[in-house]
Amino acid sequence: MARVVVDVMLKPEILDPQGQAVATALPKLGFDGIAAVRQGKRFELELDGDVTEERLAQIRNAAETLLSNPVIEDYTVRVEP
Amino acid sequence: MSGHIDTVKQAETTPEAEQPFRELGLRDDEYARIRGILGRRPTSAELAMYSVMWSEHCSYKSSKVHLRQFADVVAKGTAGSDAMLVGIGENAGVVDVGQGWAVTFKVESHNHPSYVEPYQGAATGVGGIVRDIMSMGARPVAVMDQLRFGPADAPDTHRVLPGVVAGVGGYGNCLGLPNIGGEVVFDPSYAGNPLVNALCVGVMRAEDIKLAHASGSGNLVVLFGARTGGDGIGGVSVLASETFDDDKPTKRPSVQVGDPFMEKVLIECCLEVFAADLVVGIQDLGGAGLSCATSELASNGDGGMHVWLDRVPLRDMSLRPEEILMSESQERMCAVVTPDRLDAFLEICARWEVTATVIGEVNDSRRLTVEWHGDLIADVPPRTVAHEGPVYERPMVRPEWQDGLQADDPSRLARPTTTEQLRDTVLRMVAAPNLASKSWVTDQYDRYVLGNTVLAQPEDAGVVRIDPATGLGVALATDGNGRYGKLDPYAGAQLALSEAYRNVAVSGARPLALTDCLNFGSPEDPAVMWQFAEATRGLADACRELGVPVTGGNVSFYNQTGDQAINPTPVVGVLGVIDDVTRRVPMGFAAEGDTVLLLGTTRDELGGSEWAHHVHGHLGGRPPQVDLAAERALAELLVEAAARGLVRAAHDLSDGGLAQGLSEMVLRHDVGVTVTLGEVTGDAFTALFSESAARVVVAVAPERLDDFRAAATAAGIPVTALGRTGGDALVVDGVFRVGVGELRAAHDATLPALFA
Repeated sequence: MARVVVDVMLKPEILDPQGQAVATALPKLGFDGIAAVRQGKRFELELDGDVTEERLAQIRNAAETLLSNPVIEDYTVRVEP
Repeated sequence: MSGHIDTVKQAETTPEAEQPFRELGLRDDEYARIRGILGRRPTSAELAMYSVMWSEHCSYKSSKVHLRQFADVVAKGTAGSDAMLVGIGENAGVVDVGQGWAVTFKVESHNHPSYVEPYQGAATGVGGIVRDIMSMGARPVAVMDQLRFGPADAPDTHRVLPGVVAGVGGYGNCLGLPNIGGEVVFDPSYAGNPLVNALCVGVMRAEDIKLAHASGSGNLVVLFGARTGGDGIGGVSVLASETFDDDKPTKRPSVQVGDPFMEKVLIECCLEVFAADLVVGIQDLGGAGLSCATSELASNGDGGMHVWLDRVPLRDMSLRPEEILMSESQERMCAVVTPDRLDAFLEICARWEVTATVIGEVNDSRRLTVEWHGDLIADVPPRTVAHEGPVYERPMVRPEWQDGLQADDPSRLARPTTTEQLRDTVLRMVAAPNLASKSWVTDQYDRYVLGNTVLAQPEDAGVVRIDPATGLGVALATDGNGRYGKLDPYAGAQLALSEAYRNVAVSGARPLALTDCLNFGSPEDPAVMWQFAEATRGLADACRELGVPVTGGNVSFYNQTGDQAINPTPVVGVLGVIDDVTRRVPMGFAAEGDTVLLLGTTRDELGGSEWAHHVHGHLGGRPPQVDLAAERALAELLVEAAARGLVRAAHDLSDGGLAQGLSEMVLRHDVGVTVTLGEVTGDAFTALFSESAARVVVAVAPERLDDFRAAATAAGIPVTALGRTGGDALVVDGVFRVGVGELRAAHDATLPALFA
């Protein structure tokens, strides 16, 4: 059984209030040396059967239309070895 | 940080350099005018500033000549205008509500951003109007949202509505502000052009009003709040990509993301700074960002201003100076502080963990100068940027289809005649998307946080208490019927004001002032411009007649797809004051045995009605007759009746007519009613569905009936006895009976079935 991972991140220029909140909390809890934090989402898709180009195209379509909001987010699709 | 910085010196030596002014939305003559003002070509930073500040959105260049009528109403000393402490032109108008309290309120549009990214567009719409209220020195106490979408079953409505509603709720709820009312309207004319208007109301002591002025040479300009990123930069990217940075054409996103928790901290920080009297002037950063804030502060002040732009704290270090000037990053404010108060100011900001940076200084140069790492990149007279932009008298033509539309009277439409048909129509109408229960939307908003909400949706007006000691409160209602506006923009605007005014009075509050959000198509279309001119003229005339001045608001043009403009939609918000909120009048039947009376006159008026729209998909004829004298007399009666405790319930009749009004009054507390229609008007159908204006239904306790009738007679208001409350059904004697359960099922099911 194959696994495809879709990572969804806010585009670099988009404000990320959640990431900022984490970045503010880190030094207060003693975790030093971290300059900035950006938070995203990771989807792990278990496939029925093997990875094919057709399947990947379908997953990219899902990533574009359902898993991410392309107006403010970027995504990457990769096959987990 | 690559690329070349265009300085004033370079602009002087390279007069012939090509500039992308057309891509920035400037016309050839506007660009020539900028060159004339400066006596040279503008630098790219100056071009960025002028292009955003001279945009329709910021300069009101097409609407200004018409909006002057609103100032004239006040200048001519119309009754009611003496309550106005701050009028049009500031961030928001301020009204004296008595007992030393002042209230500031304003409605604004965020239509286009909400279409692109519904959640963030709506959320930042709330955030922006809240900062306008804060910048007057007030504590925001409530919000309201006026939402308009395409047909309820259209795919685009399903994309936009859930995000918009979640965005309004998400931002307002996190901020801890009650959402006390608003509108949700569906109409094909808004398909692809949703209207997302947001209103905020704030309260302060009258002596604490703050203004957007930068005066006093040597005073410091402090930017505080969120860091500046690439949010909301649209057209300016051409400066970076096309002219100066050929190797890397980065198209930056224009979606602004809101952070309500940052805004909440900013509110508290501002209020503490205000309480300690640490600012000379203050301005929020909204549309056009720093370009707007610095030029308006300097222009309203008495001198000039110098800005060290490289000191602005950035979220994205790659931003170019033009982009910093135009960024619309949210949750930022700009204050003018005297040098001796700076430490105290910065200390308060530090305690709230709000980043605050001195970015400029007020001087007496009468110029706004901007410096970037030692180079002068802008040197302009601030008034020419902020207040002396182009003003257009756009051509106006009454559309040639207007006569045909008005001639297409709804009298040709098939009307229900049998009792069975009438009963079916009542049930069908209460379930129509525009008339059905909006609970699915409003239940996503916190209506009671802060503990001062007296009335909220679905009541006619939102009422909040502003002084717990005395019970002083304010009421707010907003209305706007685009179908009426299309049939007759002059009357449509007056009907919007009439309805909001009536809704405030129904709750027992005395109407004081109004704010408006004028949503229209393209001003370059003479037909749209005619609609706009008619609507503003109608509104100004009605303001005079009713004695309620316009305190401020917003114009949203270009709401159209291709050559198809939205219905002209002036949204009017009326503010009223109620001396004791325990005297407020709710809308629902609350006890058995009360006498139910109809106030006002019912005529056969179905042009633009919800019945014609929902049952026949028809829009034609004339809107209901406007009768401002009757509205005024009715409001005076309602306010008096509330103060004397004469009525138990009162509800305005508008969309859907008497059938809808009675249904809503029954459903509020599941108390039925039995009425007869014989004395209302000719036939049962007209009595039930006509939308004649200046009408209200009241429920009066038996022991108050004589007093109320006497007061109504004295006020010259026609009274028709309808019947009596009680039972568990809406009964129209001799016509039909609908059980409360059946009525509720029809009324409540529509929106969840469409969107849940």
